[in-house]
Amino acid sequence: MSETTQTGPMLSADGVPLKTSLARALRRQKTRALLLIAPLLAFVIITFIIPIASMLFRSVENQIVSNTLPQTVAIVGDTTAQEASMDEMLFRVLYLDMYRAVEAKAHTRLGSRLNYEKSGISSLFRTSGRKLETVGEDFEDFFKDADSGMVKGPFWHELMQGEGGEDLLNDRLGLLTDLTSLEASGDLGFTLSGEAAALLPWAARAYADWALFTAIVDEKDVSTKKPWAGVYAALALDLADPATQSAVAAYGGSGAAELQAAVANIADMPATEFRAYFEDIDDKWVAPETWALLKVFGSQYTSGYFLNAVDMKLTPDGIEQRPDNERLYLKLFKRTLIMSMVITVSCIVLGYPVAWLLANLPMRSANVLMILVLLPFWTSLLVRTSAWKVLLQQQGVINDILVWLGFVADDSRLIMMNNSTGTIIAMTHILLPFMILPLYSVMKTIPPTYLRAAKSLGATNWTAFWRVYFPQSVPGIGAGSILVFILAIGYYITPEIVGGTDGVFISNRIAYHISSSLNWGLAAALGTILLAVVMLLYWLYDRIVGIDNVKLGG
Amino acid sequence: MFSMRAPGSACPRCRHTKKGGTVAKSSGGNAFVEFQHVQKSYDGEVLVVKDLNLSMPKGEFLTMLGPSGSGKTTCLMMLAGFETATHGEIMLDGQPINNIPPHKRGIGMVFQNYALFPHMTVAENLSFPLEVRKMGKSEREEKVKRALDMVQMGSFGGRRPAQLSGGQQQRVALARALVFQPELVLMDEPLGALDKQLREHMQFEITRLAHELGITTVYVTHDQTEALTMSDRVAVFNDGRIQQLAPPDELYERPQNSFVAQFIGENNTLTGVVKSIDGDKCVVKLDSGEEIDAVPVNVTKAGERTKVSIRPERVEFNKSRLQKGAHTLKAEVAEFIYMGDIFRFRLKVAGNDDFIVKTRNAPDAVRLTPGSEIEIGWLAEDCRALDA
Repeated sequence: MSETTQTGPMLSADGVPLKTSLARALRRQKTRALLLIAPLLAFVIITFIIPIASMLFRSVENQIVSNTLPQTVAIVGDTTAQEASMDEMLFRVLYLDMYRAVEAKAHTRLGSRLNYEKSGISSLFRTSGRKLETVGEDFEDFFKDADSGMVKGPFWHELMQGEGGEDLLNDRLGLLTDLTSLEASGDLGFTLSGEAAALLPWAARAYADWALFTAIVDEKDVSTKKPWAGVYAALALDLADPATQSAVAAYGGSGAAELQAAVANIADMPATEFRAYFEDIDDKWVAPETWALLKVFGSQYTSGYFLNAVDMKLTPDGIEQRPDNERLYLKLFKRTLIMSMVITVSCIVLGYPVAWLLANLPMRSANVLMILVLLPFWTSLLVRTSAWKVLLQQQGVINDILVWLGFVADDSRLIMMNNSTGTIIAMTHILLPFMILPLYSVMKTIPPTYLRAAKSLGATNWTAFWRVYFPQSVPGIGAGSILVFILAIGYYITPEIVGGTDGVFISNRIAYHISSSLNWGLAAALGTILLAVVMLLYWLYDRIVGIDNVKLGG
Repeated sequence: MFSMRAPGSACPRCRHTKKGGTVAKSSGGNAFVEFQHVQKSYDGEVLVVKDLNLSMPKGEFLTMLGPSGSGKTTCLMMLAGFETATHGEIMLDGQPINNIPPHKRGIGMVFQNYALFPHMTVAENLSFPLEVRKMGKSEREEKVKRALDMVQMGSFGGRRPAQLSGGQQQRVALARALVFQPELVLMDEPLGALDKQLREHMQFEITRLAHELGITTVYVTHDQTEALTMSDRVAVFNDGRIQQLAPPDELYERPQNSFVAQFIGENNTLTGVVKSIDGDKCVVKLDSGEEIDAVPVNVTKAGERTKVSIRPERVEFNKSRLQKGAHTLKAEVAEFIYMGDIFRFRLKVAGNDDFIVKTRNAPDAVRLTPGSEIEIGWLAEDCRALDA
C-alpha cells in the first residue's frame, strides 16, 4: 500500500483527508451530545451567566451621567471645573439638557447616582426641576405680550415644519433615546425645517426636543400643541443675538410677523443670563465642586464603585483614601476572610473524627451516623439558624444551663450572640456536613490494611495514623476546606440573624446595597472583589496543594 | 514436631489448662511459634477457628492452605496481633503474646495487596519501619539499600508504588517486611494478584530468601501448587481446623482424610464398605459389588463405610506390573485427552463415570481408544481407605 510512503495529510479510501472524514463521522455524535445538554446550557446561560455578567458590568458602568446631561458633560470634559462654573454657554446647554431630563423624570435618578459620591447633590437635582419651568414661563409671558399667537401650537409648527433639518433632528432623537431607552417607531408626524434651524438654532433644538418627546413619549399630535416653556427661553436666547435680530428682519417665511413683533419689543425681554438663573435656583450650580464632580463622573465607565468598595474615593485631585470614620469595607473583607478561615478550621477539627467513624464503623452503625450527619440538611436553614438564636442568647438555653451548673454567675451571662462568636458557632454547625461528606468519601477509599501494615512495621497507633492515614486523607481535607471556605465567604442568612454588628460578613453589606440603598454599582463592585478574592485563594491553593489532590469521592 | 487432632475429637486439655493453670508444651522446647487450643469467634455464635494446636520450629517455612472461610487468614491475623484469640494461648519464642500490641511483636508482614504506602517513595516505605525504631539516618539508608538490592530493586528507591508493576510492588513489599530483620514473617496470599509466570518466579524468590536469611515464615494461600512447591510443611485448613499438617510429599501421597485427599491434587474416589482388615491391608467391597485392595487409614473395623482414594497417575492397566493376586476392576474408556506431556483418560469404573487415569507420554505408552474395555488395578499402598 502507498499510505506508508505518501507525504502530506493522510487520506481515507475515497481520497478525502482523513481528518475531514473523521470530523464528518463524529459530527452526528457531537450534534446529538450538544442537543442533549442544550436545555441545561440554555438554562445556565439565561439564569446564571447573563445575570452575573450583567451584575459584574454594573460595577463599572456609569452611563447615566452622560445619558442624562450629554451635551453638558461633553463641554465640562473639555474644560476645568473652575472655568465651567463661570461659562455662560455651559449653562445654556445645561438648561436644555436639564429641561429634557426633567420632562423625562430622569433628573432625580441622576441626583441619586451622584449622591453616592457627594451627599446633598440629590436634593439639588430634585428641587431644580420645577424652577427650570418657571424661568421658561417668564420668557413665555414676554412673547405672549409681544404677540399672543406665539404661545399657540400652530405658530410653532408652521415655523419649524419643513425640510433640510434632518441631521439636527436625528441628533436630538439620539439624545432622547439614550435618556429614555425608548425607540422611535413609525412616523413622527414632524420634520424640521433647515431654514428655521439656521435662523433660530437654540429654538430649533429645544422645539425638536419637545416635538420628539411629545410624539414618542406622550404619543400626541405635534402640530396643535403648545411647546414647553423651555422652548420660549431658547427662542429668547436666539433673539437676544443682534445677528439673529437682523436675520429675522430679513426673514419672510411663516411666523415672520410674530418674530419681528417680538424683536421690536426686545428691550422688554428678560435678560438671557442662564448662569444667573441657575445661581438663583441654587448656588451650588455655580460652585466649582459641583462641576468637578460632573467632570470626574461624566465618563461612560468609572472606577468609582471599586474605589468605594476598598474605602477610597475618586476626587478631582485623584484617588484618595476615605477618612477613618467612613472606612468600612476593607475591615469587613478582612473579617469575612478571617472568620471563614476560623469556621473552616473548626469544621476540620470537628468533622475529621466523625468522618473517620463513618468510614470505619460497621455498615449498620455507619448508616445511622450518616443520617445524623445529613439530618440538618433536611431542616430549613432559617430554622437551624433561629434555633441557634434560642440556644445562644443571654437568656437562652446554654446560658441557663451554665448558670444552673454554677459555671457562670447569673449577672454575668455569656454574650454568645450578635457578635462573631455567634456567627462562628452557628456557621460551623451549618457547614459541617460539607466538610464531613468529602472527608468521608476520601477516607472510605483508604483501605484499613495500610494502618495494619504500618502497625506490623512497628508504628504505634498515633504514628500509623499520622504518617500513613492522615497524609492520604489530605485530599479530603482540601476538598472539604474549599467547599466550606467558599460557602462561608459568601454566607448571608446566618450572619444576618446571629451576627449582630460585629459578626456580619461582606455579603450582608452587598445585600444591603442591593435591597435597601439601591446602590447596585457598589454592590456589584463588592461582589466582584469577593469573587476575585475567592479565585485568588483557589489559585493559591492550586499552587500550594495542587488541585489534582482534591477529591470529592472515589 | 506437631500435634494434630482428629476432626471431631474433644479437647481434653482445655479443661486441664484451666484447672492446672499451666500448659504442657506439646512439642518440647524448640517451638518458636506455638498455638495452644486457640479458638476464635467474631459473633459469639460461630467458631471460625476451633481448637487450633500448632507448633513451628525456628526457620521453618509453613504454609496454611485451605478454601476461603476455612480460618487460615484469621489464624494469621491472630498471630500478627490484629485479631485477639477468643480462647487459648499464642506463644512466640516461648513468650505468650496475646496481650502484646501488633507494633511490639516485631513480626514482618506481607499483605495481599502489598499495602505499600502510596504517598511515600519505595525508599521511604522501606525506611518507615526503621524510622519508627529510631534508627539513625545513615544506618537506615544502608539497610534500605541492602534490602532493595536483595530483591533486585536497587534502582527503584525514588519511585512511587503506583509507578511500579505488580511484580515490582511485590518485591518491595517483601523487602519492607524484611528490612527490619524480623525473625518471623507472615505472608497473606502475597502472590494472588500476579500472573502465572511471575507467580512461579516469585515463589522461587521467596523460598530462596526465606532459607538464605533463615527466617521463620508463615504463608497463607489457597493455591495448592504454591503450598506444595514452597513449604517445609503445609497445614491444610478446613472448617476452622487443621485437617492435616505434613510435608508436601506426605500430604500428597498419604492424605489422612478424604478432605485432604480431595483438596490436594487430582484424586479418584470410590465408595464402599470395608470387608476385612488385615494389619496394614484391607479389602473394600465397592457399592457396585467388586472388591479392591487398599490401605486402611481411618477405618478400624470391617463393616465401616469408606471412601477409597487413588491418584490418577498410580492407576495401572499393564497387568504385568501388578502384584500377584491383586484385585482388578473392569473399566470402559470413555474419553482420551492428549495433553502433550501426558495422556489423560476418562474411564467408567464401578459406577463412577469420572475416573481419571494419567500416563506419561513415553515411547511405549499405550493409547487407548474410547469404547474399548480394559482391566485396571493398582498397588495396594497407593489406594487409601479414608473416612466416608
